[in-house]
Amino acid sequence: MDQILAILADGIIYSAWLFIAAVGLTLIYGVMKIVNVTHGSFYALGAYAGVSLTGTWIARGLPVEWSYAVLALSAVAVAVIVAPLIERGILRFMYARDEVVILLITYALFLILEDVIKLIWGVNPYFVAEPYALLGSFDIGGLPYPTYNLILVALAVVSGGGLAWMLQSTRVGKLLVSVIHDPEVSRAMGINVNRYYLVTFTFGSMLAALGGSFTSPTVSVVPGLGVEVIVLSFAVVVIGGLGSLPGAALGALIVGIVRSICVHKAPELELFVIYFVMAMVLAFRPRGLFSLAEPRKI
Amino acid sequence: MISIRKVALAGAVALALAPAAGIAQQSVKIGFVTFLSGPAAAPFGVPAKNAVELVVDELNSGKAPGAYKTKGFGGAAIEPVIIDEAGSTTVQVTEFRNLVQRHNVDIVIGYVSSGNCLAIAPVAEELKKLTNFFDCGTPRIFEDNDYKYVFRTSPTATMDSVGAALYVKEMKPGVKSIAGINQNYAWGQDSWGDFEASMKQLVPSIEVKTSQMPKLFAGQYNAEISALLSASADVIHSSFFDGDLEALILQAGPRGLMKKSLTILTTGETAMHKLAAQIPDGTVLGARGPFGVYAPSNEYNKWYSGGYQKRFKEMPNYASYQMAQAILGVKLAWEKAQQANGGKRPTNEQVAAALENMTYEGPGGTVKMANGKGHQAVMETVYGQTKRQGGKITMVNVKRYPAEKVNPPANMKSADWIKSGFKGN
Repeated sequence: MDQILAILADGIIYSAWLFIAAVGLTLIYGVMKIVNVTHGSFYALGAYAGVSLTGTWIARGLPVEWSYAVLALSAVAVAVIVAPLIERGILRFMYARDEVVILLITYALFLILEDVIKLIWGVNPYFVAEPYALLGSFDIGGLPYPTYNLILVALAVVSGGGLAWMLQSTRVGKLLVSVIHDPEVSRAMGINVNRYYLVTFTFGSMLAALGGSFTSPTVSVVPGLGVEVIVLSFAVVVIGGLGSLPGAALGALIVGIVRSICVHKAPELELFVIYFVMAMVLAFRPRGLFSLAEPRKI
Repeated sequence: MISIRKVALAGAVALALAPAAGIAQQSVKIGFVTFLSGPAAAPFGVPAKNAVELVVDELNSGKAPGAYKTKGFGGAAIEPVIIDEAGSTTVQVTEFRNLVQRHNVDIVIGYVSSGNCLAIAPVAEELKKLTNFFDCGTPRIFEDNDYKYVFRTSPTATMDSVGAALYVKEMKPGVKSIAGINQNYAWGQDSWGDFEASMKQLVPSIEVKTSQMPKLFAGQYNAEISALLSASADVIHSSFFDGDLEALILQAGPRGLMKKSLTILTTGETAMHKLAAQIPDGTVLGARGPFGVYAPSNEYNKWYSGGYQKRFKEMPNYASYQMAQAILGVKLAWEKAQQANGGKRPTNEQVAAALENMTYEGPGGTVKMANGKGHQAVMETVYGQTKRQGGKITMVNVKRYPAEKVNPPANMKSADWIKSGFKGN
């Protein structure tokens, strides 16, 4: 019983981390039809900004309890500064191009941003361990878990739930849904589609930066941090169905739980299990578990 | 007035002397390959690059002590060409060919990744270019093949794993169970394989509780830490390195893993200064040999460690020691070959012959090119436990194991030697 509880706890924690990293990716694809590789860069930028600002905050003797707010603000700052530059400065000129061309452009931007990170922060690792240990720990199945993990789970629930509520229950969300379904008709109906693209890209990037920022107290922040994340995020959104919010949530949960079972029961399979799940899902549902219906245009 | 005849004579003399002067001043161009980007840059690549800058400057200015006091390589200045090891193995093979065929380097020193070393060795042999691996650990390079131009002046991973097992047996004689967390590729698998096999030789009744093999650079280890905590093994072994090692320490610390089981981190020395507050007392740290905090108190270590700290404002870690040791070994071989060649610039073949079976002293102590038909170094190894004092980590219960006790004899493969119960030495 204890082991089942541990498997569930580990699976949920990993799923929460995956979902925070992946949800912005699926949102941007859903609205803008961009397979956005720079998502990994925003994750890394969020981590670097989080570790730098929070480290400075703590080093100055300011209250450690507020470091969580600093982590959140770091992510917001990164997204608000960098995302509009990329969307307005580069991507908006490419919307008429094929999806594959835009994917290649975002990949190029990903490589450029990797080097920008090295120019700004160098290649040495950064750490800020205090926020992870500050809240103490709690037991599940006889095993201690840092309470900080609950912040990650809460962040996943709030970002997913908030996004779902916004899309379904607010005027802005409903207009965004119309843009998702048909940008041309939306534009004809007077919706400023370009503004929605800008806001979506910024908000989606902010979610990635939040993922990076709140992960930074648990890892060594080094160049290349975003590479692993972007690969896993793609696996999650492909399992769930590109552009689907519930799909991303279910994809993250499946990957997290299956991986956790492997780690506890058959660790030799852990390396390949995520991609095995993805292959199985795609074999039976080539467009993912929650693929969105596409209206046929005449 | 100077006559035209005298000017012409002076010109002729100058022209006649010019080629000789050119030869005397011709530099030794060395290609250095190490990680300048990616997760391995900070713990290995950059300290190794720092070592290149420091040692090359010191040698070129003739400031190195003892056997290394001759300027450069036998009087010729060293001209370094430093390139990034990041990228696929295919990229590295291409870059190696570029170093040799475009940059026309005389020697190549480099490579952290075992995969890169395995791929580069046959290419170095094909191009007949003296190549010295400074850090990669896989014992397979010289156990599976014979090379004329390829050398490694650092010990193999077998030494780390056998030394770790001996230390565990000595410090925890009643050990009943072990568990491991290692990266799922050649280095991690070989390290765990050798440690597990060694423990089974030393304690035949040992129980292996779990062997966690997460993906390289996975970064998130909550589930693995839970599995290790559940296993409640007496000893946990990890050969994690770079950002993975640091993430493991950061995530395992608050969960008490390293306090619950005797944890041995075979490359832990690279993290001990940066994460001093997160590594609990009693953790066993290795440095892949007698490097860094375990380096002997000889004149070379005082020169190297002192110079490094003065220049880079930090302690040199084992990767930087290995690079310094690699340069110094090739320098001695070059000068030995040059002397045997009547003072003329030696060929790659002559330097290789001089380096074979050589024994020399470096900042990490004695290096014996005893294995791999004289191409593979063996050294003593050292392990100790952490104890925090005044915010800094110090090492206690330090045990040194002679080279012959932790390395296979020249005529045996590592795995066979361990399976034989460490016989032959």
